[in-house]
Amino acid sequence: MIILQNAVTVFLILGGTVFMLIGSIGINRLPDFYTRAHASGKVDTLGILMFVGGLAVYEGISIDAAKLLLIVVFVAITSPVSSHQLARRAMLLGLKPWYGRDRDHQKSR
Amino acid sequence: MSEFPEHDPKDHCLDESLKEPTDSLIVHATARGIAPFILLIGLYVFFHGHYSPGGGFQGGVLLAVGFLLLRLSLGVRLSQIVMPHRLTLRASAIGALLFVAVGLSAVIMGGNFLDYHLLPIPGLAPEYLRYFGILLVEVGVTVTVTFTLVAIYDELLGC
Repeated sequence: MIILQNAVTVFLILGGTVFMLIGSIGINRLPDFYTRAHASGKVDTLGILMFVGGLAVYEGISIDAAKLLLIVVFVAITSPVSSHQLARRAMLLGLKPWYGRDRDHQKSR
Repeated sequence: MSEFPEHDPKDHCLDESLKEPTDSLIVHATARGIAPFILLIGLYVFFHGHYSPGGGFQGGVLLAVGFLLLRLSLGVRLSQIVMPHRLTLRASAIGALLFVAVGLSAVIMGGNFLDYHLLPIPGLAPEYLRYFGILLVEVGVTVTVTFTLVAIYDELLGC
């Protein structure tokens, strides 16, 4: 039982770390604001959810695990809403999305 | 009364759109759904300051964040019901007064500042006097931090 618990913990924490790494690379490498908001909004949220969920599994059935699960619920609600609002504000204020490298070359020519 | 000006809608406002509620349904529903829980966590952190990490300042900041979330999402006009303009600075002054009253009553009873076991409450053992003295001081800190942060936001917005 403890082996199973540890295995699930290791799987969830490693998965969360991988997703957070992908999200960080995405924020650095993607070309414009909207794609970066997409990277931080989806991938980082999933990474944090898996990481904290893994900690809750490691804790077992206790009050601390319940608090960690509450953190999971809170992050799952708030993080997508915040990135949604950032992207929505940028769109309303008229920020143009990135149309691809070819169009950039045509415009500069 | 001139030190605490009443809310004047014709005042210099930084952004008129912040007075009205947001037109995004997602943000509106999320903020209204999550603000009571932030306030509840703020109270929890404040009351658990005796036994675990937390205390007056952290709990006060969480309470202020709950109110400011409503200010930002519902707009300044609608959130007056939850946190009126005329309350903020006065309530923060009351919190600071509570802190100083607890401290100075110990001085009056012949001890040092914030010497809890000399508080003039009859019929309580010194350890209970310390317990309730610290609780009263923490209440003062929480009230001051909460209302001062909301007042700073209102002052920066200007409306």
